[in-house]
Amino acid sequence: MSCAIQCKNLTKKFHNRIAVNDLTLSIKKGSIYGFLGPNGSGKSTTIRMLCGLLVPTSGSGTVLGFDVTKESESIKQRIGYMSQKFSLYEDLTVEENLQFYAGVYGIAGRELKQRKADLIEMAGLTGREKQLAGSLSGGWKQRLALSCALLHRPELLILDEPTAGVDPVSRRIFWDVIHDLARQGITILVTTHYMDEAETCDEIGFIFFGNLLTHGTPKSLISEMNADNLEDVFITLVQQQEAAQAELGQKVGRK
Amino acid sequence: MKHFSLSRYRAIVRKELIQIRRDKPSMAIALILPFMMLFLFGYAINTDVDEIATSVWDQSQTAQSRELVANFTNTEIFRTVSYVSSYAEMEKLIDNGSVHVGLVIPPDYAKQLDRGEPAAVQLLIDGSDPNIARTAAANAQLIVQQKAIAIQEKNLQKEGVWKLEQPLQAETRVLFNPEMKSIVFNIPGLIGLIMQNVTMILTAFSLVREKERGTMEQLNVTPIRPIELLTGKITPYVFIGSFSFSIVLLFGTLWFGVPIKGSLPLLFVLSVLFLITTLTLGIFISTVAKTQLQAMQVSFALILPSVLLSGFMFPRETMPLVIKWLGGLVPLTYFLEILRGIFLKGVGLAALWKDTLGMVIFSCLIITIAILRFRKQLD
Repeated sequence: MSCAIQCKNLTKKFHNRIAVNDLTLSIKKGSIYGFLGPNGSGKSTTIRMLCGLLVPTSGSGTVLGFDVTKESESIKQRIGYMSQKFSLYEDLTVEENLQFYAGVYGIAGRELKQRKADLIEMAGLTGREKQLAGSLSGGWKQRLALSCALLHRPELLILDEPTAGVDPVSRRIFWDVIHDLARQGITILVTTHYMDEAETCDEIGFIFFGNLLTHGTPKSLISEMNADNLEDVFITLVQQQEAAQAELGQKVGRK
Repeated sequence: MKHFSLSRYRAIVRKELIQIRRDKPSMAIALILPFMMLFLFGYAINTDVDEIATSVWDQSQTAQSRELVANFTNTEIFRTVSYVSSYAEMEKLIDNGSVHVGLVIPPDYAKQLDRGEPAAVQLLIDGSDPNIARTAAANAQLIVQQKAIAIQEKNLQKEGVWKLEQPLQAETRVLFNPEMKSIVFNIPGLIGLIMQNVTMILTAFSLVREKERGTMEQLNVTPIRPIELLTGKITPYVFIGSFSFSIVLLFGTLWFGVPIKGSLPLLFVLSVLFLITTLTLGIFISTVAKTQLQAMQVSFALILPSVLLSGFMFPRETMPLVIKWLGGLVPLTYFLEILRGIFLKGVGLAALWKDTLGMVIFSCLIITIAILRFRKQLD
């Protein structure tokens, strides 16, 4: 069994604050891995290290077989990334945005034409090619961003809260596309706050205060914790951790 | 993978061009602002001193005293604006700034001259502006001296000596700017100053804008290398800047009548080099600033040193060594020498290679620092 992402004891410190602590995980090729955790728990920092944007303080990791510290250029060429904030050019049209990223990834000629047509169709943006990206509604923007992230046929797609603030219908369409991509063999790492989305992932990891608390398939996690659903699992874990932190704080205080 | 990708560079240039085209205010800054600035400041920056407001207290009230006043005003350095009849009155005028020079002619001026006795006139000069004071003092001295020689000649003629030979005379010939018009000196410098500040702001904004809008994050996860991004961003502005520079140049020479004595192609090539330098400086500012507001503030902070340390206002020769070195941190310092050299003296690269080299080194250094800073920021 081959892995798309593998990291061992990955740690990132900002000054004295530990953002990610000793994180070890592996993600199977072609699977959808859901990354869950409260805001500021270290999800984005982990993702940024995997993309080669941040250098880990210690530990090691490989993405698609490339070392995250030494071969980030090779990683960047093979992954697609999409953040929660719309990060395409609002003053460029749909087509111009695609054209720009095609140039960035070195796609040209007939392949470019084919990819553009496919992705515009996939995103349902047909007829809107000449529209400025800034004038698209939230759901359309996300789908355009996804199209740009897929342009170069990445083997791994990293999505950082892709559906935050998107209406339910667009969310459904978006996830249909994600499942479709997984079936084509693309590995997907996605962070989310929506438990209904998390339940459809192949595997889930809970991260809190920079620690990976638990991971496994949604079903196994629910049964392990004797919970009714993932939301309960999530809340129980967060409460346990906060209680442990408070106790630790009291002990330190008494001394 | 460590190579410069032309495809990525081209993609950035194309993207920038589309964005610039759609961004009307930026276009206005690039094309109209330099022209407007030159028009306004071209009139404002004039260090020629003439028509100094003068007050006269003529106690003699004779043909001779009136002739002396005429000698002063005929030079067009002095302009009589008022006649007074007391020191108090004259001082009041100098105090409130309505005149800069007071000419006092004593009551027995004519009488003394007629008798062949030495006479003296008094000159009160407002020294608060040394430039005006110096001009006034030097010219008054000259006028009185010539008047004295003329009187002496007349007296000698009476005694039968017909011609007075001056034992020593200085023959001055002013090179490059024979009329010593300050506009000829100032317009080339002004062109450089305007182009530096306008082009610097253009690139200072362009990178920060991507940070503010969040598009930088997306660029960072692509294989784009910092050098590709930075050069790709500079390239379109080099063309826009060159176009803008040409307009300003044309306007400066035609409207203000400042001729270009040297080679126009050389001026243009070195100007493009200068533009690249200022644009890289803008990119550097972009890596320092986090927001467009900060970029604006840093750019403005650089304007004053460019005016004061580059040699635009004050000659660099008289500056203390440390200040002179600081001036080397402003690209305009090098370009001013080039501009004035080509505009006024008509010299070639043989005389300007030092400044050209300085500019090349400056831009290489600053782009290296910008790239290093840019890389570090990802962390």
